[in-house]
Amino acid sequence: MKTYNQINEKISSGKAVVLTASEMKEYIEAHGVRKAAKDVDVVTTATFGPMCSSGCFLNFGHSKPKMRITACRLDGVPAYSGIAAVDCYLGATQLRDRDPANSNFPGKFDFGGGYVMEKLVRGEEIELTAYSYGTQDYPLRDLKTKFTIHDLNQAIMVNPRNCYQNYNVATNCSDKRLYTYMGQLEPKMGNLTYCSAGELSPLLNDPLYETIGVGSVVWLAGARGHVFSEGTQHCPTCERTDNDVPAEGAGTLALTADMKKMRPEFVRGCSFVGYGVSLALGIGIPIPVLNERIAKHLGVRDKDIRAQVIDYSTDYPLRTGNVLGTVTYEQLKSEVIEFKGKKITVSSMSSRYKALEICQLLKDDILKGNFLLSQPLSPLPKEQGMKQLTIRK
Amino acid sequence: MIVTHKYFLKFPKCETETPIVYHLVKDYDLEVNIFRAKVTSEGEGYLVLDLKGKETKIAEALKYVASFGVSIDTIDKGVIRDDSLCTHCGNCLSHCKPKALHLADPVTRQIAFDENLCIACGRCIDNCPMKACSSLLE
Repeated sequence: MKTYNQINEKISSGKAVVLTASEMKEYIEAHGVRKAAKDVDVVTTATFGPMCSSGCFLNFGHSKPKMRITACRLDGVPAYSGIAAVDCYLGATQLRDRDPANSNFPGKFDFGGGYVMEKLVRGEEIELTAYSYGTQDYPLRDLKTKFTIHDLNQAIMVNPRNCYQNYNVATNCSDKRLYTYMGQLEPKMGNLTYCSAGELSPLLNDPLYETIGVGSVVWLAGARGHVFSEGTQHCPTCERTDNDVPAEGAGTLALTADMKKMRPEFVRGCSFVGYGVSLALGIGIPIPVLNERIAKHLGVRDKDIRAQVIDYSTDYPLRTGNVLGTVTYEQLKSEVIEFKGKKITVSSMSSRYKALEICQLLKDDILKGNFLLSQPLSPLPKEQGMKQLTIRK
Repeated sequence: MIVTHKYFLKFPKCETETPIVYHLVKDYDLEVNIFRAKVTSEGEGYLVLDLKGKETKIAEALKYVASFGVSIDTIDKGVIRDDSLCTHCGNCLSHCKPKALHLADPVTRQIAFDENLCIACGRCIDNCPMKACSSLLE
């Protein structure tokens, strides 16, 4: 048994034993869970992929004369201004005004909120246009200027849902190509796409939320950030296989961090033809090895993690609840998978390459002694279902 | 010696009615495999193709094609992949039928691009969420 304080003292004095998720799995396989729990202090987990429920609060500072911004555009992308005078919230999936979207299907979706967020972190110049109805204390009605992230008082990323614990696998049983947020799905189960870091993923390494809770420290695109809440759609009550691993979506995290401290290679605008724009994010979460149970969970392998295959031609859009079957991440990572008697090629929306890089970067930060862990202020809900929207007449 | 080479032929605004590809087959005894072709309303266009045949015949055929003012490039300009934009997610893997885009390393799942295998179908351009793949031909 170790405590957060003991681990932080070891980190500060440069004596902590820190392994990446991959290294920990090998260590457990070589030496067993008991020894791993005793020897290892911290394990770094990570994920990198499109996370639509992301966005940021920006504060522009006051113009002269002052303006109570009613509506604004950042490089043509509307940001929500229904808060205080010069605050706004920019969402990752917001399109530019007059974007043709899917009017000429499939739409290209060249630019949107996620791209503006990437430009911000890159320190690039962004055009701000704003309108106001004008008040006596805030007389300015129109504004057009340019700014970079350095000109802002705050640029705080606030993401309602990141790090989905597990995720479904998409395929297409119809006879025409589908354009989805899981990529393009070829007819007649022409391909499968998945979006999870699998055995590297934070919540798959802490399946019962024993260390990751509200207040836990996270590495959000290179900045030190925090879990500020359970994520939206957090649904821990779900089917779980051995070692408590969820077989479906399950838990999620709401994350925040200072964008001024982020690294642009981990904040990437992205686009899906026929679907829309989003933001691909890199997230790392350190897991303290407090006891043997936590160590045991860290031993989870891709072969132990199952995901549900869903038909995006009917079952997904119509919410039938039907599942075609399940596959493991080990199967998904072999290039061709045998499913329903058919050999199918697999695509991933989540980058294992980037996730490995983040595990290593976070490990280096902890070893340098400048990334201490924080004990959760409160745990994430462990029992909770997910409601659906009933359309009432 | 029989060889196969990939060429990128760019046609200027061209008045000729000559069926050039027909002559490549008939007069130079070449196998022609066209990957991509486009003709604009202004009469300009391009062809990305493989020519298979005797090396000497291919050389003669290229001279013949050049006589129409066609620019010939052996560098495949069908698809350009910018590694600095790639996040190595692997979404391209199931869309690249000739496996030009492939896993360089199954452990790290780093993606690599083998230009020689590319048939310039353009599916990666349409599918890459990071726009890492592009084409000069679009």
